Order: sequence, then structure tokens, then C-alpha cells
Amino acid sequence: MTEITGAQSLIKSLEAAGVEDIFGIPGGAILPAYDPLMDSTRIRHILVRHEQGAGHAAQGYAAATGRVGVCMATSGPGATNLVTPLADAHMDSVPLVAITGQVGASMIGTDAFQEADIRGITMPITKHNFLVTNPDDIPRTVAEAFHIASTGRPGPVLVDVAKSALQAKTSFVWPTELQLPGYRPVTKPHSKQIREAARLILESRRPVLYVGGGTIRSGASAELAELAAFTGMPVVTTLMARGAFPDSHPQHLGMPGMHGTVAAVAGLQKSDLIISLGARFDDRVTGNLDSFAPGAKVIHADIDPAEIGKNRFTDVPIVGDVKEVLVDLLALLRTLAADGHTGDYEAWVEFLAGVKQKYPVGYDTPADGSLAPQYVLERLSKIAGPDAIYCAGVGQHQMWAAHFVRYEKPNTWLNSGGLGTMGYAVPAAMGAKVGRPEATVWAVDGDGCFQMTNQELATCAINDIPIKVAVINNESLGMVRQWQTLFYNERYSNTDLHSKRIPDFVKLAEAYGCVGLACDSPDAVDATIEKAMAIDDQPVVVDFRVHRDAMVWPMVAAGTSNDDIKYARDLAPEFDEDDL
Amino acid sequence: MSKHTLSVLVENKPGVLARIAGLFSRRGFNIDSLAVGPTEHPEVSRMTIVVNVEESPLEQVTKQLNKLVEVLKIVELDGAASVRRELLLVKVKADATTRGVVLDAVQLFRAKVVDVSPDAVTIQAVGNADKLADLLRVLEPLGIRELVQSGMVAIGRGSRSISERPLRPVVVPAPPSAIG
Repeated sequence: MTEITGAQSLIKSLEAAGVEDIFGIPGGAILPAYDPLMDSTRIRHILVRHEQGAGHAAQGYAAATGRVGVCMATSGPGATNLVTPLADAHMDSVPLVAITGQVGASMIGTDAFQEADIRGITMPITKHNFLVTNPDDIPRTVAEAFHIASTGRPGPVLVDVAKSALQAKTSFVWPTELQLPGYRPVTKPHSKQIREAARLILESRRPVLYVGGGTIRSGASAELAELAAFTGMPVVTTLMARGAFPDSHPQHLGMPGMHGTVAAVAGLQKSDLIISLGARFDDRVTGNLDSFAPGAKVIHADIDPAEIGKNRFTDVPIVGDVKEVLVDLLALLRTLAADGHTGDYEAWVEFLAGVKQKYPVGYDTPADGSLAPQYVLERLSKIAGPDAIYCAGVGQHQMWAAHFVRYEKPNTWLNSGGLGTMGYAVPAAMGAKVGRPEATVWAVDGDGCFQMTNQELATCAINDIPIKVAVINNESLGMVRQWQTLFYNERYSNTDLHSKRIPDFVKLAEAYGCVGLACDSPDAVDATIEKAMAIDDQPVVVDFRVHRDAMVWPMVAAGTSNDDIKYARDLAPEFDEDDL
Repeated sequence: MSKHTLSVLVENKPGVLARIAGLFSRRGFNIDSLAVGPTEHPEVSRMTIVVNVEESPLEQVTKQLNKLVEVLKIVELDGAASVRRELLLVKVKADATTRGVVLDAVQLFRAKVVDVSPDAVTIQAVGNADKLADLLRVLEPLGIRELVQSGMVAIGRGSRSISERPLRPVVVPAPPSAIG
């Protein structure tokens, strides 16, 4: 067997794992790996401007394609800059492998230059992690990392490789089998639980399908559509699941939660049976847990047993992959229907249709003729259409993008849901565009978020990654400002960013080799979006200078009951309970 | 709150203890006692963890532990159906006049003297937590100079073993190589 270096073995291992794109930045400890990487004909390495950008790009790549995203960084600060994307990927179950260089094995623990115990640091925010000091362990470790990242509940895996292992001689042997005695994810649901679930579904009068991000990761949209069509049950899609079920479908009530639609919040709150599919009863969905959906029994299907019963009591726990759960459940419900057993949800569906019609997601057009942010997103959705990929940061613009863009397909909506990472949008859009070069990719970003990671525009411009960025510029940290308006007597402490003045986003875009456009009037919105859509050889940044006082509605104030949802400021919906 | 004893079989790899201890602390659980040691299989270590929690958080912590890739198996050991032992080493003041009293206590508790000096004896005692606490209460008035106590180890009664099954190698086919 030919002797090669550990670094060569690492690159061969990544090739063997099927890696085609890596986002990263070299540095001292990882440097040996970058030499053979230069000769790889299978792997394209994209040199980013900040390791956080590499991590979010790998996330966007993974979320848009369903494949494992890969990022690479050096030891110490390179590795610690990956901490936020790793935590983000951990929260949102994104399959990711991060390769980091570590100081030489004999230096570990000596506070060497650029040394950080990244394995220790990332233990709580990765699905698993490794430290490799023996070069012979490289292929097996890489194979295990990709297996763990992509199976079961997907998540980030970090492989920290000592520089000495990269430099030492070894031989490359790709393993044929993996010894992971403690890792056995269950994907096939138990038939007894499926029978119990079917029984509850037929008994219930007010069921709702509570669809979470796990449905997208599982690739179960088609199966979900079949189950919904067969049973007629209403559907809500969480922030992480937007696109899992078409927004145009009449059974779709929209997004539940703190900023959910009235129909989706009511659909959960007043239901007698919640069928949770890859969702985790997050506090942003349930509001005050004690008063959440008080009359509902719960069927909780999740591939991660630890999610079941974590926040809300579960009547029927189902451990399994959402797709397999849906297939089995549908098959059983079909058999039962053939014997004349079907559910009766007519009154419930009618009630919710009424709520949905009475309380659509809406907004006020500013009287002064200035631009409403919601209008920008409405038009963007109309013009870019449901085949485009939309990628948001965190805050008001994220909620508007979740509501006013109409999603029809899975993997077209990417955002940082669990961790809530401002700055996710631009690098994640870059990663999505690398993974899906044929798709139009729009980053919808706030002016605050945009200033956290926009250095990756340089990466996009230089590497032919023509993303489009819609900056929803309300010159403030808008969501925080909204809370200050509502809960802090309009005392706007440190939320004014002055970003209509500094920086000049158009000039900034141009400085980064992108096309910069600006728009501040409703009349110019369509033309500006169309202009951006027409440019396909360069990244485009559009500075949408919107009305700064626009707020996100509906809203359930933090910690309060979903029953106290406000449709607009000081406006609570009225439900005609007699209809139920 | 009640005490639960968990036997956790883990792969004998570096960093496993840090993973488990970290999981307990970040999920807000307090470890009352922890003992780690080898098993009959060199590649497997066994941890005995005593944790003070309600039933439902215990289920959550068990599930979270099970998610750790290096955790092979978790069994909660019921008090009546298991043998539990802790080891105590205690140095007690004892000169010619008081040594007799100390030795009486040693005998009563079926403990052992493992070291003697002119003004002290070191006693080794094995037992459950209650027995060791009782012994200490008796020794206290005599003057305890230093004491060290191990975490609890526990094993189920009867012939069944919890460490046989998880050791059957579970083989996962590796992803096929994408090259050549």
C-alpha cells in the first residue's frame, strides 16, 4: 500500500464521502490539508471571508440540497468562529461536517499558539465530535462523521485533526463497515403506536397536523400531502417547516406560534388532537405551556425519542422517521376507511376556514406613501415565485418573509429558527446557491443582520455565486424596537442603526463587486425586483428602504397564553365558539 | 425529588466522562454521586450515577444520555433489587487511651483498620450510604482528622447481566466510497 500523508488521506476521505463543495479558510494548523486539496479534481473549495460564513454556507447548502454541508477552518480562532453555525445547525437539525485543524498532538494542552479545545467547546452544540491524533484513524473518522451527521436526527459533527496527524505518514483505507455500538437511530415506527394513533385520529373531532422541520429533513412532503388529502385534516407548518405543505392548499392554516396566523394558533389551541410530525413544541410555538391547547391529546412522532414528552405530555409517542410514520399511518387509515371507519371533521374544518377568512395575515399601508416591508415581500414572492429559494436572517423581516412569501415546495425556505442567528442569511444563501446553482436564491435580510455577515458578498462576487439580497432596511434592530414599542414605553434604547445614512448599501454592494439597487417607493418595487431578477452574472443587493414603524402581527406576547393572541395592536380576534 | 441510581455503560474512549458530566450540568441536573471504572470488557466502562430528580426529568435525562454516541446502555437500578456499596477511608485520632473505643466501633461496623500511627488509625469501611453515615456518627466525637469517600457502585441482584448484550458488535455498512 502506498504511503501518503494524513493530509492526503483526509482529502481522499472527503472525496470518498462524496464531498463536492467545501467552504473554509486555511490557517497554520489546517495548512497541510490545503496542499492536497489544491490538487483535488472532485472537491471545489470556496474561500470565504470569515469562518462563520463558511459554517452558515455549509448549512444553507445542506438545507437547500438535503446533502451534508462541509466547512473547514484552522485551529483556535478559526475553529471558535464556527461555534455559532455549529450551534445553529444543532438547533435546526442540519447535517453538517466541520473539519478543523488542531495544534500538533504533542502541543495539545500547552496553550500553544492558536490552540483552543474545540472538541470540548463544541460538545454541547454538536451531535458528536472527534479529535484525531493518529493519522490511521482519519478515513474511519470521516466516514463515521458523515454517517452520524446524515442519519437519524441530522446534526453537525466536528472532526478536529491534529497538525501532526496531517503531516505524518499513513495509508488510506476507506472502511467497509462502521463500529458505532451506541448509535442506533430508529426510523421504523412501532405498529402498535400507529394503530393507537389511527384510533385517536378517527375518534377526534378537531384534529390538526402540526408539521415541523423534521418533515422537511425527512423529505416527507409528498406523504404529508397524501395524508392531508385523504383525511381532510387541517395543517399548520412551523417556522422550520414552511414549504413542507403548499401555502395555496385550502387545508393549510399557515404558521403557528408567537407570530403565527390567527387560524394556525386557533387550530392548535382549540384542537382535541395534535398530530405532531417532526416538531418539538418549542416555546415560540406553545407560548405559555400550561395553557397551550388545553383540550388536545397529543400524538408525537419524532425520530429523536428525547423530543417526545420533553415539553408537552404525549398520549401516543411514535419514534420513527416522519416519512415512514406517514406511510404506515396512511396505509392503516386507508384500510380502516375501506371498512367504513373515517373521521368526521366537517364542523371543525368549517370553523377554521371561517377564522382563516376573517383573520388573514395583513398589514396597513403607511399613510405617508412610504414603503411597507410586507408589500416588498408580497411582490418578491409574486415575481420570484415558488421555485426560488428564500433565505432569511432573524427578526421582523424573517417573520414577514415567513408570512408574505408563499411557499409551495420544501427546501425553498431557509432560516435560523432555533438559535435565531442574526447574520445567517447572506452566507446561507451563498451555500444554497452553490448547492442549487440553477435556482434563484434570494437572501431576505434586515439591515442589522446584513451588517453582521455581508463580507461574504466578496466571496459570492469572486466565485460566481450570483445570489440576490433584499435588505429590508428600517434603519433599526426592528424586532427589538417592536418590543420596546410594546413593552418598554417606546424607549428605544440602542436600536437605532441609522442604516439609511451609514453605510450606503448601494455603494457597499458595488465595492464588493455586486450590483447595488435601492428602492424607497411602492411604485418602484416591481421594477426593482424585475431588474434584480434579470441580472444573473453578478450578485445583486437591493436596499429596500422601508417604513421603520411597521410591526409584525399577529403576536402572542412572550410567556403569555396563545389565547391572548393579538391580531393587530390591541385587537384580539373573536371566535364564535358556538360554531364548534 | 427522589434519588435514582443509573448504571451507564459507555465506550471506553477519551472525553466520555466530560460529555456525560456536561450533559447533566447543562440540562440542570445535579449528580449526587458518580463512580467510573472498567468492566469485564476492556472497551467498555461503567458509570454509576446517583441523581436527585423527579420521575419525568429522569426520563428526559436518560433519553438525552442515550443520544450520546458513546453511551451503550442505561439501566436504572432499583434499590431493593440491587447491591449498592460505597468505600470510606477515614483517619481518626486515637492514642493509647482512646484506641480501644475506636477498635470497638471498627468491629461493630465490620470495618477494617488499614493503618496505625501513635496518635491515629485509618479505617476502611464498605457499605451503603446509611451504614457509612452511622459509622461516621460514632467516630465523630473521637475526632476525625481526614476522610475520603468513593461514589456509589451498584449491581443488580440475581444472575442476569446488563453488560452482555450491548457488546455484540453492531455493524453499520459504511457509506460506499464515491471514488473509483
